[in-house]
Amino acid sequence: MSGFEYANAPESKAIANIDNSYGLFIGGKFVNPKKGKSFNTINPATEEILSKIGYADRLDVDLAVKSARTAFTKIWSKMPAKERGKYLYRIARIMQERAREFAVVETLDNGKPIRESRDTDIPLAAAHFFYHAGWADKLDYVGLGNKPKPVGVVGQIIPWNFPLLMLAWKIAPALAAGNTVVLKPAETTPLTALLFAQVCQQAGLPDGVVNIITGDGVTGAALVNHPDINKIAFTGSTEVGKAIARSISATKKSATLELGGKAANLVFDDAAIDEAVEGIVNGIFFNQGHVCCAGSRLLLQENIADEVLEKLKKRMSLIRVGDPMDKNTDLGAINSAEQLKRIQEISNTGDAEGANRWSPECKLPSKGFWYPPTIFTGVSQSHRIAREEIFGPVLSVLTFRTPAEGIEKANNTMYGLSAGIWSDKGSKVLWAAKQLKAGVIWSNTFNKFDPASPFGGYKESGWGREGGRHGLAGYLTSDVKASK
Amino acid sequence: MIVDGSEGSLKKFLADLAPVDQVGADSRAAMLATRSIKTTSKAWAIDMAISMVDLTTLEGADSPGKVKALCSKAVRPDPTDPTVPMVGAICVYNDMVKIARTELNTLGGKDIAVAAVATAFPSGRASLAVKKLDTQDALNAGANEIDMVIDRGAFLSGRVGEVFEEIKIIKQLCGDKAHLKVILETGELVTYDNVRKASYLAMLAGADFIKTSTGKVTPAATAPVVLVMLEAVRDYFILTGNKIGVKPAGGIRTTKDAIKQLVLVNETAGPEWLNPSLFRIGASALLNDLLMQRIKLRTGHYASANYVTMD
Repeated sequence: MSGFEYANAPESKAIANIDNSYGLFIGGKFVNPKKGKSFNTINPATEEILSKIGYADRLDVDLAVKSARTAFTKIWSKMPAKERGKYLYRIARIMQERAREFAVVETLDNGKPIRESRDTDIPLAAAHFFYHAGWADKLDYVGLGNKPKPVGVVGQIIPWNFPLLMLAWKIAPALAAGNTVVLKPAETTPLTALLFAQVCQQAGLPDGVVNIITGDGVTGAALVNHPDINKIAFTGSTEVGKAIARSISATKKSATLELGGKAANLVFDDAAIDEAVEGIVNGIFFNQGHVCCAGSRLLLQENIADEVLEKLKKRMSLIRVGDPMDKNTDLGAINSAEQLKRIQEISNTGDAEGANRWSPECKLPSKGFWYPPTIFTGVSQSHRIAREEIFGPVLSVLTFRTPAEGIEKANNTMYGLSAGIWSDKGSKVLWAAKQLKAGVIWSNTFNKFDPASPFGGYKESGWGREGGRHGLAGYLTSDVKASK
Repeated sequence: MIVDGSEGSLKKFLADLAPVDQVGADSRAAMLATRSIKTTSKAWAIDMAISMVDLTTLEGADSPGKVKALCSKAVRPDPTDPTVPMVGAICVYNDMVKIARTELNTLGGKDIAVAAVATAFPSGRASLAVKKLDTQDALNAGANEIDMVIDRGAFLSGRVGEVFEEIKIIKQLCGDKAHLKVILETGELVTYDNVRKASYLAMLAGADFIKTSTGKVTPAATAPVVLVMLEAVRDYFILTGNKIGVKPAGGIRTTKDAIKQLVLVNETAGPEWLNPSLFRIGASALLNDLLMQRIKLRTGHYASANYVTMD
């Protein structure tokens, strides 16, 4: 062996008990879809089939909503709040106990590095349940007056980028507030949601409080349009978010929508450069860039641009791309062939429109879906790669001359989910944070999440907030007649 | 010439350095600590770490017998296994230098350096005249490396010119007879900004190595401190074309700790620094843990502590 090459350090798959097939989780039991249809979920790193998943159509959705309604009226809304809290604590503890199993299944189904599912996704998902468990009997303090009421039955649709974490963001506050849910995981990543269904059984959660139906966009639309749903909570693309908003208009349904982003990561010339470079890497290459709040637009102050880019390229050549199950992998597989195609398509417009592409040398596996860490320099505001969400490991680099110009460019987008500020000067950080039109602003860090911190966007990045008191308020109403 | 050595030019240079964000540095070091080093890479890392050890004894109770035993260990860390590499150096107080040099030469360890701690180690609280004499004494005794301490009091009160001048003078004394390692005592400098500034100050003044600590103050060689120092040597190389070495010392006791240090080197300064001429680990207890892990890799099971020699 010449030099310090890290030998393979694969996490064992033995702990993951993935069944050959899964039904739908309705009324506390796994049931076969009425029409018996199914689809496969694969490992995007190898294209191997992991399991056969039940496909829910309109009839199944109806059953799930009915089961949620029954559980809501008969059990969950009547249960003393502190008892609801106990169930949530129990779920949180079981998730922690089964954390390794969840991490392995998540990585197999999603393609993200095991280091991230192990150190970020699963611990944060459990943290969301712990946090909201504490809220269950303190809803009078959410800020909606005395005895706010749950909204009722909530339809929840989540994306494939953080399957279990997004489930936790949705289910934990809904249950704490006294709602029951029908949740649809993404078509390409249903496994951890189905594992979570087993956790609900293990925790003895009353039947029907959580229902999990698997399927595609048609399933999702059936859920959104079901007449007995009180609220829709959706995380996903702006395009689908708009369609949901249209279809629930002129109904009594409320919605929280957490949609796309094209976050600006602003690096000022007085920043801690080495740490800023780390933050840039974490901002765009964390989870293969499959992050709605990814720092996909890097805005560098012109007088430090060369230095930062040189350091960034050096740092990018250290990114370890490959087998997501290897504990040393930094960048895993793209979640699906479809997403890879989308990344390729938008990135190619970068070349066509005159930006300069750079990627470090890296060997990509022959099977599965992969995209190298990529940056484009010489990008201008008018380029598609500066405007559209790529949702992949592709960074567009722009420059600014004065702080005011930096802010102006940062805000010149139809999105407004997140932003990053890098400066060693506290006053400048506070000034910039005030000017930026984004729901989440990180200073001298990026992609940090906490259940207590509300998350959500401005403009086309969505409606409402998730997490913290603000997120919880979205699952409650002060109108006593609301959920009747 | 980057600085002319005047207090003004040094202050300006240090003020222009990019700041270090503590939270960011801590999290980068923590992330690198999660690297999983197994099988062949672990075997490679253990041997590399052994060859980087500055086997150290810096006690009031040090005696010729103790130093000779340490020399024997340095030459043949595991008497049952000749494939174990020799350590990088022996690190002792001045008065033990001659004994160590003679013993090493006798045992076939001519290539092992003898490092002497000088300049009123560990506090550095003595006049320049005494520090010079201290250094000269070590050189006369045959030291190949001088581990000097900086004047932390002067640094913290902003008299960076004094710190620079002192290092320069000691460097002149060392000439081409000995390598100069400059101990920053990062546990007393406290902030990462100070660690970065002191690193540059030492390199500008002629240090061949920058070293974290004396081993007498805690915290010593924490991962983020070593990270900041490795960034400094990496950037100094780009600035000047000179490669300066780094030596963490103090608190590195296990193979796991040592491998974490090598990962830091690999992914910060780069693989070129994975070489005993550019990276050393100041330690005493570490060597035996490296040997135990080496036996474990070779035989598949852990040996009792009695299978490695106590020195």
